[in-house]
Order: sequence, then C-alpha cells, then structure tokens
Amino acid sequence: MSELTTKTIAELRDGIGAGDFSAREVAEAYNAAVVAGRSLNAYTVETPELALAAADAADRARVAGELKPLSGVPLGIKDLFATEGVDSTSGSNILKGFKPTYESTVSGKLKAAGAGMLGKLNMDEFAMGSSNETSAYGPVISPWKRNDGGNAALTPGGSSGGSAAALSAGLAAGVTGTDTGGSIRQPAAFTGICGIKPTYGRCSRWGIVAFASSLDQAGPMAKTVRDCAILLEAMTGFDPKDATSLDLPVPNWEAGLSSDLKGKKVGIPVEYRIDGVPSEIDALWDKGVEWLRDAGAEPVKISLPHTKYALPTYYIIAPAEASSNLARYDGVRYGLREAPEGGNLDAMYAATRAAGFGAEVRRRIMIGTYVLSAGFYDAYFTKAQKVRTLIKRDFREAFAECDFILTPTAPSAAFGLQEKMSDPLAMYLNDVFAVPASLAGLPAMSVPAGLDGQGLPLGLHLIGKELDEQGVLNAALAIEERAGFTARPEKWW
Amino acid sequence: MPGTVAAAIAPSMSVNADQVRHVAKLARIAMSDAEVEKMVPEFNNILKWVEQLGEVDTDGVEPLTAVIDNELRLRDDVVNDGDCRDDVLKNAPEAQHGFFAVPKVIE
Repeated sequence: MSELTTKTIAELRDGIGAGDFSAREVAEAYNAAVVAGRSLNAYTVETPELALAAADAADRARVAGELKPLSGVPLGIKDLFATEGVDSTSGSNILKGFKPTYESTVSGKLKAAGAGMLGKLNMDEFAMGSSNETSAYGPVISPWKRNDGGNAALTPGGSSGGSAAALSAGLAAGVTGTDTGGSIRQPAAFTGICGIKPTYGRCSRWGIVAFASSLDQAGPMAKTVRDCAILLEAMTGFDPKDATSLDLPVPNWEAGLSSDLKGKKVGIPVEYRIDGVPSEIDALWDKGVEWLRDAGAEPVKISLPHTKYALPTYYIIAPAEASSNLARYDGVRYGLREAPEGGNLDAMYAATRAAGFGAEVRRRIMIGTYVLSAGFYDAYFTKAQKVRTLIKRDFREAFAECDFILTPTAPSAAFGLQEKMSDPLAMYLNDVFAVPASLAGLPAMSVPAGLDGQGLPLGLHLIGKELDEQGVLNAALAIEERAGFTARPEKWW
Repeated sequence: MPGTVAAAIAPSMSVNADQVRHVAKLARIAMSDAEVEKMVPEFNNILKWVEQLGEVDTDGVEPLTAVIDNELRLRDDVVNDGDCRDDVLKNAPEAQHGFFAVPKVIE
C-alpha cells in the first residue's frame, strides 16, 4: 500500500499545498489501490481518468496559487448520486445503463471544490438494506476479518457498504454516503471509520436517487472527525432545486472543531439499554461516557420514551415513501424495459418492475403500497406519522436537559454475509439505535471507539440538536482523541 | 370516521394470497403464484410487527408533516428550464420522433 493512501484528507490537502507530493501521485496511488482491491467488490464503476484529470487540475492550480478546499483529493461516490456521463444505477438492475446527463448537487459541489472521482460505490439496491447484500452487483466484502482464525466473509454494513469498505481498505481518501435510517452510521461503525449524517435539509437531495424523501440525507464518511468536517462543509449548502433544502449559511465546521466540552451535558438515554446487546457494547458505551466526562462534559440520564416504536414507525413511513418514489421506474423513460410479446402497457410496467427490482425492494414497495391503500392509510401511515411526532417531541424534551446524546451506533459488530438475509426483521433490528435520529431529522455521527473480542470495530453514536453539527463533531472529536483507535484491517485482498 | 375504521381493523390485520395479488397489481409488479405464496407470511410478519404502534396513545397528536421547520418558497413565475429534449430522451429504452415510445395503449 502506498503511504499516500494512508493519509487523511487534511494531510493530503496540506501536503499538496506545500508541494511535498503532487496530486497526480496521489491519484495514481489511489487508482492502483482501487484495481488491487477489486475482490472487495466496493466499486461498481471505476473512473481513473476522472481522478487523474482532477489531480492534474489541482497540480496546475497549485502552481497558479489557486488551490481549492479539496484540490487533489480523490473520492469515491456512492452509486445513489447521479454523476454526469457515468453509470448511476443505485445498485439496481432496473437502472442498468443509466447515464445521467446531469450531476447531483452534492457530487457537483465536491467536484467544484477540486475533488476527483475514483468511481461509483456499491450499495444496497436503492439504499434498502443494512448489509449491502441486496445490491444487483452482489455483496461488498468487508476488508475486516474476525481474529478467530476463520476466514468468514463479513458485511461492511449497509446501505453505504461500498463506501465503508472502500474507505477502510484505503481505496479512497473520502467517500459520500447517504443515510435514510442509519446507512452512513452503521457501516461506518462496522468498518472502523467516521461518518456523519447532517440535519435533514443541510445537503441538497437533488440528483440523489430518492428512497424515502422525508428521511434521505447525504453525508461524508472518512478516516477522521476532521476529514468529515472538511467534506461536510463542501457538500452542504442551500439549493433552490430541493424544496426541503435549508436556506442557511454553511458553518465553518473544521475551524470550529474543539474537544473541550466544559459546560456541556451529555444525555444517556435509558431506553437504549436493550436486551440482547453484547456486554462489550454496553461496556464501550460506559467508556464513552467516561471519555466525554474527561473532556469536561457532565453526563445526565435522559428518557426517550418512544424509542422502541421508532423501528416499526420507520418501516411504515420509509416503505410508503419508497413505493411512491419508485413508481417512476416503469420502463418508459430510463433503464430496463421488459415488454412481453403482444402485451399492453400495463403488462410492460409489471414485467419491467418484476425483472428489475430485487426481492427486498419488491417487498418494501409492496408493504408501502399496502399501508397507503384505501382503508389502511389511517391505520398505518397516519398512525406512524403521529408516532413520529412523539419521537421528535421526545428528543426536543431531552435536549432541554442536555447538549448532545451518546449511544452505541449498532447493537452488534459486523456480521457474516448470509447470516441475516433470510429474516428481514432481524436485518431491520440492526438499525435500532440509528433510526430514531433519522425520524427526527437530527444530525448524528458514528466514531470508531474500540474493537470487540473478535477484533472487529465498534462505533459510538452522537446525536445532536437540530443544526448543531458542530456539537456532534466536537463530541466525536473528544472521543476520537481518547479512544486512540488506530486499528486497520490487515491486507488480504 | 377514519379512526373507527382503523380501530375496527387493528386487532387482526393480516393478508391472504388474494390481497397480496391485489397489492402487487396496484404496485405494478408481476408475481407468480409461488412468489405470492412466499410473500404472504413475510408480509404478515412485518405487519404484525409494525402493529405494535397500536399500543401508543396518539389521541390529539398531529401527524408529522415537516421534520425540520422550513418555509415553502415561491419562485419567480418565469421559464427557468426546458429546451433539453434530447437530454430527456437520452436514456429512454425506446424513443421515436422525439417522443418516448411505448407498446400500443389503445387497441
């Protein structure tokens, strides 16, 4: 592995700026790493020429004294983002061959900031999954292995599984993810990296293939808290093309980083102690409380009484929105078309959608269609939206007593491929700690905090007040500094 | 009285193969009989699980409509998009004479 691929984004930026190495050397090192890492199945498309072109532009900008915030930083982009002229298929057969004629706002902002694109990253189909196993491209293999001498292939988590695997294996300096119910945070925890989902509305959804529009948010995944702050600054900002985009200035999160938490209160929600969570995870949570206390914060017990209803609420609202959003895949305007011989238009719709969607996506469209159908809408969808109001209220009341909240990110370390695929509910339960913050639209972040007995990474999860990404980043920084997490997967690929 | 309908259905909501077939038709997804049979128990497991929301007292609670308060904006009433027919048609499985082409709709 080239030394360049072990550097943080901050180090790349500073090194390129100082002329210690060229952006082209960095891009070449990453392009080589992407090829060498193909057995992980992290990338669905490789675009080495785009990474090199951005690198050459960065090297010219350095000479001209016009470096931009991300000049020469090679990134991987989740396949859910539309990228101009490059296949954007959301991990689905139904979008096979789709080459957008436009660029998503977020990936466009990253490119405008000087970043280069190494390729598109594998993901669960339409971001529906927690293990990357629902992808039409097949599962991503985590670079991490258990230390039990076995060779079991593990999941990097999902739905941003390609993003997590690529970052932790050194196949990108930073990556984009999207988070609807934990899809940035759970894979970050499973692979020992950082990932933040900002407040709903901070990142434009324009050009990001829609799953559940009231929940979908883009965010960065990176080696360090600082790198997340750098990327988030470049990704965020008002966009008139997204009706839910927040018209607010972009804070200077990197400059605002401080791990001094004196005067802050960290909320510990009693309802997040749940049965069946390994004692190692509870112990790491306790350690996290001590680290934050050491940074000056005062722990306080808080209550989020509707926590146990968050997952069932999510699994009504998200499929309902998905069934509506995914109605657009009809074989007419883009992607796959299956037209049975002699069949009419309806037969074409039904055949196209049966052939193009995988099992989990079909299941969620069906559930969503059912809960929105006549006679059941109020019993399911309206009821879920009322419970969502209560979940949001829980957080508002808790934040009257604390500045941010600390929980584990996931109820387990990474599991093996195929372990949960036969039981959709067991898979859904993996997002139990991540989903409440999604339903409330709050900023939340996973930071690596330790290894379990099998040598696998575990993450701690910080939830902040609306628009207080800085508070989340600062608390994560305090944990990062104290956890001293330096473990990296041993290269076997 | 939607509340009454909900209360009447809530205790024993479960679906059979015919209802799954109906939902598949609404969702425009072709399903074989074997696929329908396989989906019935999966569907009912998920429905049974989400029905625990029935325990939550939501009387007088407004359903959430916007997760983060945000004013809907109005834009100026001017043409600000368009003139990009070829871009729009570029990814179509079948396009003819500047239109999307589909199987015959009217016999």
